[in-house]
Amino acid sequence: MTRTPPPSLGTRIRKDFQRNKGIYLMLIPVVLYYALFHYGPMYGAQIAFRDFVPARGIEGSTWVGWDNFKEFFNGIYFWRLLRNTLAISVLDVIFGFPAPILLAIMLNEVTSIRFKRLVQTTSYMPFFISVVVIVGLLIDFFARDGLVNNVLGRTGDARIGFLSEPNYYWALYVGSGIWQTFGYGSIIYLASISSIDPQLYDAAKVDGAGRFRQIFNITLPGIAPTIVTLFILRIGNILSIGSEKTILLYNPLVYQTADIISSYVFRNGVLNGDYSLSAAVGIFNSLINLAFLFTANALSRRRGGTSLF
Amino acid sequence: MNIRRTRTDVIFDVVNYALLVGVIIITLYPILYVAFASFSDPGRIQSWRGLLFAPLGFTITAYETVFRNPFILTGYRNTLFYVILGTAINMFMTTLGAYALSRQNVLWRRPLSLLIVFTLFFSGGLIPQFLLVAKTLNMIDNPLAVILPGAINTFNLLILRTAFEGVPPALEEAARMDGANDWSILFNVIIPLSLPALAVVTLFYAVGHWNAFFSALIYFRNVDLYPLQLILRQILISNDTQNMTAGTSAGDVESVAATIKYAIIMVATIPILLIYPFLQRFFVKGVLVGGVKE
Repeated sequence: MTRTPPPSLGTRIRKDFQRNKGIYLMLIPVVLYYALFHYGPMYGAQIAFRDFVPARGIEGSTWVGWDNFKEFFNGIYFWRLLRNTLAISVLDVIFGFPAPILLAIMLNEVTSIRFKRLVQTTSYMPFFISVVVIVGLLIDFFARDGLVNNVLGRTGDARIGFLSEPNYYWALYVGSGIWQTFGYGSIIYLASISSIDPQLYDAAKVDGAGRFRQIFNITLPGIAPTIVTLFILRIGNILSIGSEKTILLYNPLVYQTADIISSYVFRNGVLNGDYSLSAAVGIFNSLINLAFLFTANALSRRRGGTSLF
Repeated sequence: MNIRRTRTDVIFDVVNYALLVGVIIITLYPILYVAFASFSDPGRIQSWRGLLFAPLGFTITAYETVFRNPFILTGYRNTLFYVILGTAINMFMTTLGAYALSRQNVLWRRPLSLLIVFTLFFSGGLIPQFLLVAKTLNMIDNPLAVILPGAINTFNLLILRTAFEGVPPALEEAARMDGANDWSILFNVIIPLSLPALAVVTLFYAVGHWNAFFSALIYFRNVDLYPLQLILRQILISNDTQNMTAGTSAGDVESVAATIKYAIIMVATIPILLIYPFLQRFFVKGVLVGGVKE
């Protein structure tokens, strides 16, 4: 059998286009969307290196190099923003990451299908409630004259101003976040558990393994790759807490612990119109995340474990 | 298999069930409290100090006030519009993209996938996006400003791509033999066989539009365009009682103010809480692990 030489790139492109005309037609809106709304802002991010004046446009604004970054790093809020963003994120990893794993393992030990269903349906519910309503509930329940103070039996001056006291903010923010997502987050682990071979459990039972032994020797190792993958993704997002919940929940009394990088970008950029500085802060944030993601991924791959790419 | 339950097994089960009942209470009670409060007598709610296990009295005046409030009615109408048009555009674009990326013999598949997945991990940031939509595209107070910038959610695209890749290639081959082109393969073969994943992604998009407030907050100046969530924000968080009691005569304002916010929360939340349990068994199709990898 004689080998035909591989066709040239030009021929391949032409043949591919003839064969997949329909597909390229479908891709037109998709490519336009990503070009305009994802790669467009990446191009626009260069205003971080300019003194952007809207009337002059992006290219017309003066080039200032790293000035905006320097201004941010040397500014009075830099360390506060970094500390708050990191603290909230790390607290969320410590308490929020294990919560759905724990729930999935507990649900897996339930024998009554109906009870399991009931727990699943109710625990998924908070995930579908809007952040506006969540924050509305927090403000109502944790107000000085709200439900929580009432239940704690606090009266008069002993009532706690949870929402105006910086010390409670991290707990409120992280706690409500866990409340909202731990149920829904358990789905992926339950799916992972269901793919474990049931014979492993039977064999363990014959060998006299108790429930805890089964959890630690079968269930946890079985879902370990899922846990690692999700952990890498989570670490890659360590600084990328969105501003949506923060700008609803915080107030100037608690900025000290509440203000995070994204809420600062929103306030300083969108509200105050300081576009270039805020764009620089945004780029800084994005780059740090990328660095964390690649580090976590590389560490996991080097240890012979799961990796994202 | 017949293995006797040991004493530790029994203790384990009791503790496990007790903790899970705790999970139910913790997730359910806040909404139950709101429901009870919304039907309660406003006067009694104000002086009540403690948990509620049933409405205090029973009245629907709070709901009557809510449905007479012009801001809420407009917000509701706007939200329905954004949900329906937005989700339709989302599903159209996402389905096309997912189908194209799920075909193995497309030359540009890998580079395109990489460029798309890259946007999951790096973005230009809020400010360039805001300037693009607000200034370059001049979309302030344009309803499309809350729809087009999020026309495709990359996670949802990958979820659908994974689902489409799960359709047996033999079915596609057979259709191609019969002369089907890509469009008819997508609509007659792939979509009918991927309904659970499509249902979940539709739900994600619809709930996303229903709950969204941020784009509207930054792109809309005109209150007539506000979605329900922005009206809610003014009432629940900014504590704007003027909005809250609009459409109510002065004498009634005092009497319903204490319960009206609870009624508003119910009205804004119930539609979603009624829908998601029906799609619950498909949720597992909506999770993605290892799917980012090519």
